[in-house]
Amino acid sequence: MDNGMLELALGIMLGLLGLGAGCAMIAGIGPGIGEGNAVAKACEAIGRQPECKSDVTSTMIMGCAIAETTGLYGLIVAILLIFVAPGSFKDILLTAVGKK
Amino acid sequence: MTETAAPDVKSKKFRMVDYGLIAMMILPILACIVLKVLFTPASEGVNISGALVFWSNEPELGMTTLYLSESQINSWAVMISILGLCLYLTHGLTAKAVTKRQLIAEWLVEKSEKLVKDNMGGFFAEWGPFIAAIMGLSAFSSLICLVGLFSPTGDVNVTFGWAILVFFLIMHFKFRGGLWNYFIGLFKPIPVFAPMNLIGEIATPVSMAFRHYGNILSGAVISALIGSALTGLSRSLLSWLPGVFADMPLLRVGLPAVLSIYFDVFSGVMQAFIFAMLTMLNVAGAVPWDEWNARRKKRNKTEIQNTAA
Repeated sequence: MDNGMLELALGIMLGLLGLGAGCAMIAGIGPGIGEGNAVAKACEAIGRQPECKSDVTSTMIMGCAIAETTGLYGLIVAILLIFVAPGSFKDILLTAVGKK
Repeated sequence: MTETAAPDVKSKKFRMVDYGLIAMMILPILACIVLKVLFTPASEGVNISGALVFWSNEPELGMTTLYLSESQINSWAVMISILGLCLYLTHGLTAKAVTKRQLIAEWLVEKSEKLVKDNMGGFFAEWGPFIAAIMGLSAFSSLICLVGLFSPTGDVNVTFGWAILVFFLIMHFKFRGGLWNYFIGLFKPIPVFAPMNLIGEIATPVSMAFRHYGNILSGAVISALIGSALTGLSRSLLSWLPGVFADMPLLRVGLPAVLSIYFDVFSGVMQAFIFAMLTMLNVAGAVPWDEWNARRKKRNKTEIQNTAA
């Protein structure tokens, strides 16, 4: 395999990794909707019973932080794809074409 | 309890011990900063990287490579600092509080015991120190990035270690109802659910570890991205300034600090609270009270009631 083809292969690989990272962040939609629901309900609860404000707020923040988890999984996958995967994938590619 | 004489707060010996304890709080952090400065490779601009590796061995036959990384060093420094803080707060305790630090220490102890009692019930009333230790270690580990060091919690190995510790505790209490009962419980409500139940058992520590790690890491990554973006912006906008000002990333003054209030301080303390909260709820929820009491009855022991859970 000549150098031009190798550059093309590396370029395609990096581009697809970037696309994959972008797709992984679709996971951000779910927590967004979920946390929005949680905050809306908390606002309703505080409106009904203003004396419970501190309890409701602390429970809401706790629930929001837990609901965030699925989004964070997506974020970790995206970060791995951008910062970690290119190095190891490049090694795999170079080994496969026998340049290393 | 015997009444001890109030320590002479002004005496030279008391002061010297105080200074020693304050040094114990500050010196590990300073040592970490010095280590980081010595080991950081010279590079241009902001780069996003994991923990620095200070030392690693050559893998011999049948051994994996062992690393001594920044996260280990920093977490030990945090532990020594917290120990120093605890010793400082409890230095010169008396039956009647005379020093401000004793009031702070009493407040901390009362709060942690109340939190544990409210969330775990009377059976776990003595778990206050453990939960407070987890919360304090986690919070201070996250907050250490305010002095420019790498947060140990931004390394998945550290949070995973804590999560595995919690997993062992959960398993310990689940087995109290008998191994066979636990095994049967995996096949409920119908046998088809067994793989899902098994995954659910393993998912608890994994989700706890990744939640904490992901929050801290995402804050660090976003801070680094904003820092590099502002550097580039100030290079392109402010390059007409005279002398050294042209090279200085002046736009980086201010905005990253404001954002770090959310990403570092709020997020770090929040995750520490959530990690401790999930530890409490998972451990307290793992105890099979009915089966355990049935087993105790068989051996002619008294039943245990978890009061005021």
